Amino acid sequence: MDKLLEILNDLHPEVDFETETGLIDSKIFDSFDVVTIASEIIEAYDVDIDAEDMVPENFNSLEAIWDMIQRKQEEA
Amino acid sequence: MLFASYEFLLFLAVVFIVYYALPGRYQWIFLLIAGYVFYFIANPFYLIFITTTSFTVYYAARKMEDIRREFKTLKLPEGITREEKKELKAKEKKQEKRWMLGALLFNLGILAVLKYTNFAISNINAISGAVGAGLSIEHLNIILPMGISFYTFQALSYLIDVYHAKYDAQRSFPRFALFVSFFPQLVQGPISRYSDLSKSLYEEHRPEYTTITRGLQRIMWGFFKKLVIADRILVAVNAIIHDPETYSGVYVFMGMLFYALELYADFTGGIDITIGVAQTMGITVKENFERPFFSKNIKEYWKRWHITMGTWFTDYIFYPLSVSKFMRNLNKFARKHFGDKIGKRVPVYFSSFVVWLTTGIWHGASWNFIVWGLGNFVVIMISEELSPLYDAFHSRFKVADRKWYKCFQIIRTVLIMSCLRMFDCYRDVPLTFKMFGTMFTNFGLKNLSASMIGELGLKPVDYCILLAGTVLLILVSMIQRNGSVREKIAGLGVLKRYCIWFGLFLIILLFGAYGIGYDESQFIYNQF
Repeated sequence: MDKLLEILNDLHPEVDFETETGLIDSKIFDSFDVVTIASEIIEAYDVDIDAEDMVPENFNSLEAIWDMIQRKQEEA
Repeated sequence: MLFASYEFLLFLAVVFIVYYALPGRYQWIFLLIAGYVFYFIANPFYLIFITTTSFTVYYAARKMEDIRREFKTLKLPEGITREEKKELKAKEKKQEKRWMLGALLFNLGILAVLKYTNFAISNINAISGAVGAGLSIEHLNIILPMGISFYTFQALSYLIDVYHAKYDAQRSFPRFALFVSFFPQLVQGPISRYSDLSKSLYEEHRPEYTTITRGLQRIMWGFFKKLVIADRILVAVNAIIHDPETYSGVYVFMGMLFYALELYADFTGGIDITIGVAQTMGITVKENFERPFFSKNIKEYWKRWHITMGTWFTDYIFYPLSVSKFMRNLNKFARKHFGDKIGKRVPVYFSSFVVWLTTGIWHGASWNFIVWGLGNFVVIMISEELSPLYDAFHSRFKVADRKWYKCFQIIRTVLIMSCLRMFDCYRDVPLTFKMFGTMFTNFGLKNLSASMIGELGLKPVDYCILLAGTVLLILVSMIQRNGSVREKIAGLGVLKRYCIWFGLFLIILLFGAYGIGYDESQFIYNQF
C-alpha cells in the first residue's frame, strides 16, 4: 500500500489519505486525477484497469483504491 | 414547436391537464404519446429516426442481458478449471460486445451521416479546389432531426451502462422509448442518464401543490432569462457579428460579452423550462448548470456548465480511452522516451485532446466548433502546466481567500470563456481571429458613440432592461450559493411571496422581447 500512498501523496500532498473517505464525493479528485492515478496504478502494479472500473466508488478512498488493485491482481 | 411560443404553452396546458386526469398507471404511456406528438408536430419525418434509435438500442441492450443471464444459468461441467471458466466468460463478453458495438456504430452512423455529410462534402470540395482537381460535389438536402445529438447520446449512455452491467436492461420497449423521447428534454437536453431519470419517469404522480408551484416558478424564471434577456440582446449581437467591417475593436469586445450573456440566458433559461415542466409532473431531471461563471478557472467552469454533456464525455470517452490498451502502450512509450514526469501526463493530455475534439464536433459540423473545442483544450492544458507556478504564487502571497482575488478569478473566467465563444459567434475561423485581433490593434474607444450604439437595434430602455435583468441574474446566482431561491421565497409571508412571483410574471409580460423587431427565436443549443 506504500507505493499507492506515494502515488496519491505525490498528486495531493495536502490530503490525509489515511482518514479521507470522500475523495470523489468531496471533489478532492477531479477526472484528471482519476486518470493519472489509474495510469500510475497500471504502471506500478501491472494490472488491467477497465472502463467499468472507472467509477467513483473505486476512487473515493485509499481503501477503495487498494481494494480495486487487489481485486484486479486476483483477476489477473 | 418553439418553447417560447403560444403553441407550446397550449400543448403544455393540455398535457398537464390530461396527465393528472389520467389514472396513475397510464401517466407514463401518455407522456410517451405526448413526446411522439411533440416530435410529429415538429416534423413527422423525425419520428423515423427517434424510433429507430430507441428500438435498436433497446433491442441490443435486451440481447446483451439475455446473453449474460444465459451464461449465469449455464451448468458448467464438473472439474472445470479457473482458466477454462475465464475463457467461457470472455467468450460471453465478446458476444455482448458485438451487440453493444453494433448498436453503437449504427446510431453514431445515423448521427454522422445526417449531421456531418455536408461538412465532409464542403471539405472535399475545398481540398479539390485547392489542388485544382475541379471536383464539385453538390450538398445534400438533409433535415437534421430535432435534438438528435441529445437523444442519441442519452440512448448510447444507457447502452454502454447495460453493457457494463451497471443496471438491468429495460424489458419494455414503450418504457424505453419514453426515456429517449421525454418531450421537455427533446429540444436541447439535458442528456439524462437512465439511472437518474427512470427513478421518477415511470412512477404514478398525484398533483401536489409544492411540486407544481415550484415547477411553474422554475418555468417562469426560464422564460424571464429567455424572453427578457436572451431574445432582447440577440438583436445587438446579430447587428455586431453580421457587420464586422463596421463593428470592430471596442464593438467586438461588447459583442463578445453580449453573446456570452445571450448564450447563458438562452441555454440556462431553456434548461430551467425543461426542468420546471418535468417538475410540474413530478419528474426529476438532473441539473445542467451550477453558476458556471462563478468558477475560479476554466476546468471548474466545465464542471459547472452543461454538466450532463461534460460527464457524458468524461464517462464514455475520457475514462475508457485513458485506460485502453492503446493508451497503456502510448504511456509506456512516452515514459521510456521522455521519462516518468512527461510520460505520466500522456494519458490525461491525449484523452483530453480527443474529448475536446469530439466536444467541438458534437456541437456542430463546421471548423469553428472544432477550433472552439481545441481552444478549450489548449487553455486547460496551459492552466495545468502553470499550476506549479500558481502554487508557488499562493504559498508566497496569501490572497486566495481575498474577495478581490476571487472577483479577479471570476472576471478572468468570464473573459476567457467569452473569447473562446467568439468562434461560435462569428462561425468563421479566420474572421474570428481577425475580429479578436482588432480588440488589441484597434480598440478605438472613441468610436463608442451613442449614435453607433443606437444603430445596434436596441433603444436606451432596452439597455436599461438588460442591465437590470443582468443584475437580477447575478443577485439570484449569489443567493443560490446558500440554497434554493424558490425555497427561500416560499419561506416569506404570503403577500411578499405573491408580489415576487406576480411581479416576475408581469416583467416577462411587459418586458419580454416580442413584437416588431423581435421574432420568436429558437434556442441556440437546439441546433446542436
